[in-house]
Amino acid sequence: MNILLMGNPNVGKSVIFSRLTGVKVVASNYPGTTVGYTHGYMKLGEETVEVTDVPGTYTLEPTSEAEEVAARMLDSGDVVINVIDATNLERNLYLTLQILERNIPVIVALNMWDDTEHLGIHIDLDMLRELLGVPVIPTVAVTAQGIKELVESIPGAASPETLVRSSDERWAAVGQITEKVQQIVHRHHTWRERLGDASVRPLTGSLIALVIIAAAFTVIRLIGESLIGYALDPLFENLWAPVMLRLSDLMGGGGFFHDVLVGKLIGGEIHFVESLGLLTTGLYVPFAMVLPYIVSFYLVLGLLEDFGYLPRLAVLMDTIMHRLGLHGYAIIPSMLGLGCNVPAILATRILESKRERFIAATLISIAIPCAALQAMIVGLVGRHGVQYVAIVFGTLFIVWIVLGLILNRFTRGLSPELLIEIPPYRIPPWRTVSQKLWMRTYGFLKEAVPIILGAVLVINILYVLGVFDAIADFTAPVITGLLGLPKEAVTAIVVGFLRKDVALGLLAPLSLSANQLVIGSVVLAMFFPCIATYVVLLRELGVKNLLKASGIMVVAALLVGGLLNLILQ
Amino acid sequence: MPDAKHVPLSRMEAGQSGIVVQIQGGQGMINRLGALGIRPGRRVTKVGSMFMRGPVTVQVGNARVAIGFGMAKRIVVDLG
Repeated sequence: MNILLMGNPNVGKSVIFSRLTGVKVVASNYPGTTVGYTHGYMKLGEETVEVTDVPGTYTLEPTSEAEEVAARMLDSGDVVINVIDATNLERNLYLTLQILERNIPVIVALNMWDDTEHLGIHIDLDMLRELLGVPVIPTVAVTAQGIKELVESIPGAASPETLVRSSDERWAAVGQITEKVQQIVHRHHTWRERLGDASVRPLTGSLIALVIIAAAFTVIRLIGESLIGYALDPLFENLWAPVMLRLSDLMGGGGFFHDVLVGKLIGGEIHFVESLGLLTTGLYVPFAMVLPYIVSFYLVLGLLEDFGYLPRLAVLMDTIMHRLGLHGYAIIPSMLGLGCNVPAILATRILESKRERFIAATLISIAIPCAALQAMIVGLVGRHGVQYVAIVFGTLFIVWIVLGLILNRFTRGLSPELLIEIPPYRIPPWRTVSQKLWMRTYGFLKEAVPIILGAVLVINILYVLGVFDAIADFTAPVITGLLGLPKEAVTAIVVGFLRKDVALGLLAPLSLSANQLVIGSVVLAMFFPCIATYVVLLRELGVKNLLKASGIMVVAALLVGGLLNLILQ
Repeated sequence: MPDAKHVPLSRMEAGQSGIVVQIQGGQGMINRLGALGIRPGRRVTKVGSMFMRGPVTVQVGNARVAIGFGMAKRIVVDLG
């Protein structure tokens, strides 16, 4: 049996989904479409049944690709749990009637039930059950209220005789139902609503954005630096380094296997960034340099997402984003890109047109450094002073704007206008915040750490084979002539294909000046994205547009690197 | 002027409320707006708009919807 969770966007489907299926969630992508959905399993009596979290949709009439997918998925379901936002009954019921017209058994979860009370909304549940002819269960997904009843009523899902209506007739029917079951008492605005409305007005909105962004940066840095300074650095330096020195002794202090495992000793000591052994650099980079920032970044991002701030930032940024050929909502994939470019490029699917998706994905992969690379930039460039870090990020920001202006000018097609629902501000439920943080952190550990270890191994082998020397001689005119870097810096760009964090670490032993390090960081950030991003880009853009994007990357990286070289040196 | 009380959503003042009377657009735009609850006969209250022809935010029912300026220009509201 396959149970579909369907409903308008942002009504709490995914929270109900995780309540029903527990933590055993398998994420998968629907092949060849623009929208992802998630599968899980739950126990129903003795039986294990499949539950599918269908992307949110307002209607089954195909006004967008996402809605087409949702409509098609209806055919694969046996029961629909239609999740409804109880505070927006009328709009939500439109989809309910459409689903009922498809003659599939339905139960309705009237979610956010707790919010109706303080909003002065009263809903007559018995009347609603009678009029719809299906079970209606009030739920509060974030506190699990009503979930048990919801599960128990799945066998009672009903498919009442429903006539197929036109859109206008359906809205009329929805209006009649709402009229009968819902009473609204006038009430005063809450502070959250006032704050919510203030953030979509120009003056207050800009102020709020400045405060939130400043606070976000401060908290990310504070948590990241504290984790490194007080926990991970001491752990590696005081506990792990002696173990490694001991191992180095046991392995005779040198040789290929020694260098692969422990790395090269520098002045008789382990240097966690430069030694380049699997057990030294291979562990230190992901766990002590990158992980702390991954945790702190995704904690803050998760809070902003769950609070409901990002759509408001989209409204604020809309005018600016239009100049870049995008609309405000593109700020959401861009923000995700500051964590990792892979989910960011997947998230460009929320944009309606191909043109927007091309511009957004290209801008993200060129000008938005992921958290791993940022952590390394802060860690390595930051040693020379915070102003150099500022130059790196400032340059990338300017590149984002200028490249956006250029792409907007020369990319064919139309960019549609913004049209989004702005959710109310909510106090982030710690359960969803912590679950999301764990999933994203685990995703980093599972996907990035093996590639980092692989990259360290490959670097060692290529060094021994002398491949890097050959490449370095070949590319010297560009690397040294154009960018003003020592020719060996090309190793970083090559390794950047695998992982940018390890790649930036390769610049550390070259004793670069602060300005050279700035140029290296910017070029590395802008040049080809890492392989994981590349694969997603290929899938999302197709071969032709990927080649186009790649061309833009190379030209932009060399141009900006060359310019920086002229200005700084 | 067909009717002095009929104004585009983009020109309403923040806090003003009225009934949508017409959406001057193709079926695609009418459907997209309709799905979000903005269709003729519905009461909308303007929450605010962003500077430099930025999006217009309205309250409709209990939901808030942000609408691009160009689209907001083509939604006619009766201030009645």
